Amino acid sequence: MKKTMFDKIWHQHVITGEPGEPQLIYVDLQLLHEVTSPQAFEGLREKNRQVRRPDRNFATMDHNVPTVDIFNIKDLISKKQIETLAKNTKDFGIRLAGMGSKDQGIVHVIGPQLGLTQPGMVIVCGDSHTATHGAFGSIAFGIGTSEVEHVLATQTIWQTKPKTIGIHVHGKLSKGVYAKDIIMGIIAREGVSFGTGYAVEFYGDTIRNMNMEERMTLCNMVIEGGAKMGSIQPDQTTFDYIADRKYAPGNMEKAVSYWKQFYTDSPDAFDKVIDFSVNELAPFVSWGTNPGMAVPIDQPFPKIKNEEDKKAYEYVGLKAGEKANQIPIKFVFFGSCTNGRLSDLIIAAKVLKNKHIKNGITALVVPGSRKIKEKAEKIGLDKIFKEAGCEWREPGCSACLGMNPDRVPAGIHCASTSNRNFAGRQGAGSRTHLASPAMVAAAAIHGRFIDIRKEII
Amino acid sequence: MKKITTINSGVIPLMRDNIDTDQIIPKQFLKNILKSGYGRNLFYDWRYKATSKEANPDFILNKPEYKQAQILVTGENFGCGSSREHAVWALKDYGFQVVIAGSYSDIFYMNSTKNGLLAIELPKKDRTILASIPAKEKIIVDLPRQQVRYEKYQFDFSINPLWKHKFINGLDDIAITMNYAKKIEAYEKEIPNFN
Ligand code: SF4
Repeated sequence: MKKTMFDKIWHQHVITGEPGEPQLIYVDLQLLHEVTSPQAFEGLREKNRQVRRPDRNFATMDHNVPTVDIFNIKDLISKKQIETLAKNTKDFGIRLAGMGSKDQGIVHVIGPQLGLTQPGMVIVCGDSHTATHGAFGSIAFGIGTSEVEHVLATQTIWQTKPKTIGIHVHGKLSKGVYAKDIIMGIIAREGVSFGTGYAVEFYGDTIRNMNMEERMTLCNMVIEGGAKMGSIQPDQTTFDYIADRKYAPGNMEKAVSYWKQFYTDSPDAFDKVIDFSVNELAPFVSWGTNPGMAVPIDQPFPKIKNEEDKKAYEYVGLKAGEKANQIPIKFVFFGSCTNGRLSDLIIAAKVLKNKHIKNGITALVVPGSRKIKEKAEKIGLDKIFKEAGCEWREPGCSACLGMNPDRVPAGIHCASTSNRNFAGRQGAGSRTHLASPAMVAAAAIHGRFIDIRKEII
Repeated sequence: MKKITTINSGVIPLMRDNIDTDQIIPKQFLKNILKSGYGRNLFYDWRYKATSKEANPDFILNKPEYKQAQILVTGENFGCGSSREHAVWALKDYGFQVVIAGSYSDIFYMNSTKNGLLAIELPKKDRTILASIPAKEKIIVDLPRQQVRYEKYQFDFSINPLWKHKFINGLDDIAITMNYAKKIEAYEKEIPNFN
């Protein structure tokens, strides 16, 4: 029988249980952060349990980290969560990229950056955007805190095997159109729950031609389409990315020959196939309060179809029939595990070079990790951003979710490279418009979105 | 975990689709290192007035006749968005034992099984009937029989036998898994080493 890559990886990790039932799956790597782990460690202590494999867990702090001065945490509970993670990892012998360490960053950025994320693995983290790691040809998904505790105690997890969707992405992207637009386009067309109950695999020539950072952007946001995970077959691009990283395999040759077994035999093996051509794809901008409420830049916002649309329009203060170039942008956010990597910052900087953001706009640039920040500074990106009028910040989740001091004020429209435009996500009353880094950079200059394929930035 | 077998309670209808975990419990309440105390902030943005932070009398949870209900009836794709387990803790802490939705996000569903919140899937026509039941009336959720009953109505639901067993016996996952310790050890010996 023909198998998908997902089937093959899954099969290798089953410890017990029958297909169709919850099966006990081995977890190769668990990533931890300060928000969803304290109760898990507390649970272990209550029952006097140990961490089974500290060497297969890795922790960092990201959600609560202030980005002006990371050591000056004013919010007492934020501080407490961060201190608790430091203590827990110490008590249980787990590696930690702690406050200010050179490896610190957003959990989904540092996993790949450190070479911890590898093909053929099962990777979990108490965070829905764990899907990002699937870009390396692994099974990677977000879990809840009780599951975090379970993985700490047993290095395994109970899961029912999901069905699979293959998304065939083909064609050539126009200039000014990016991986972010592909995933936003897919979700806008297929809806925010098309992937519920499914594991997604992206394949096709467009995917093969992408670098790892673009692949991560794609897999990262698949969760916004309801899927628990997204993955991409590992290839030479993947192997080259991993080689020489801190935790890369010592014997790469052996590793690569093992990793090469993970591919989908034929698209027939998927339970469902979606076809997505990118030839005509335009840059996307979200108008509403979920990532599926998004339109190509040259199209008007849709008619109100239901109560949800009506509420969304009320919340964002926009009207059906208007266009994205009419949104008055007052805040700009570059960052997050979707688009906070070096290539994203390079793209944004290119747009902003020798330009200035529009008067009255606040623009935060928040690298996804300390390493990215250092690399960006080495090539002078910080200067470009600062000269353009942006604030160059310390790494962290920042205004992606406003759990730290970085928030978008109520009623303000924010052009954001992040992944969620839920009501209140970036701060109470904030109005988020998701787009690619290039689109956001152009919006910062003009104070409104423009069609970067056509208009001169 | 507390056992769940049969629940006899009133119903709170909240018939919206795609209620995400940010709506169930906004992020400002996640900054805690405990599992309890989230109930008072459940559905915070709907429950309290934006300006005065007083209870919004129009929101169903604030209506006195609904105070005791332990069953939430809602729309499709409940619990989508962020993976926060706090959403389940908040529902439980408030007093909900059962949610009846059209569908759930996978993560929310898994979280519910870990915390003794029974998440049932029923089609829209059944939920519409349940949602229209007067506040003072009670329905029966019978887990052993996998039925929701109200007067002449009887709706069957399906649930994985493993979850059912866990709910009925109030079992802890880790203890169950520890029974497989030998198999886990054997598996670990077979993991390829690339160093
Ligand atoms: S950057 Fe945003 S989406 Fe990513 S882990 Fe942080 S809060 Fe979550």
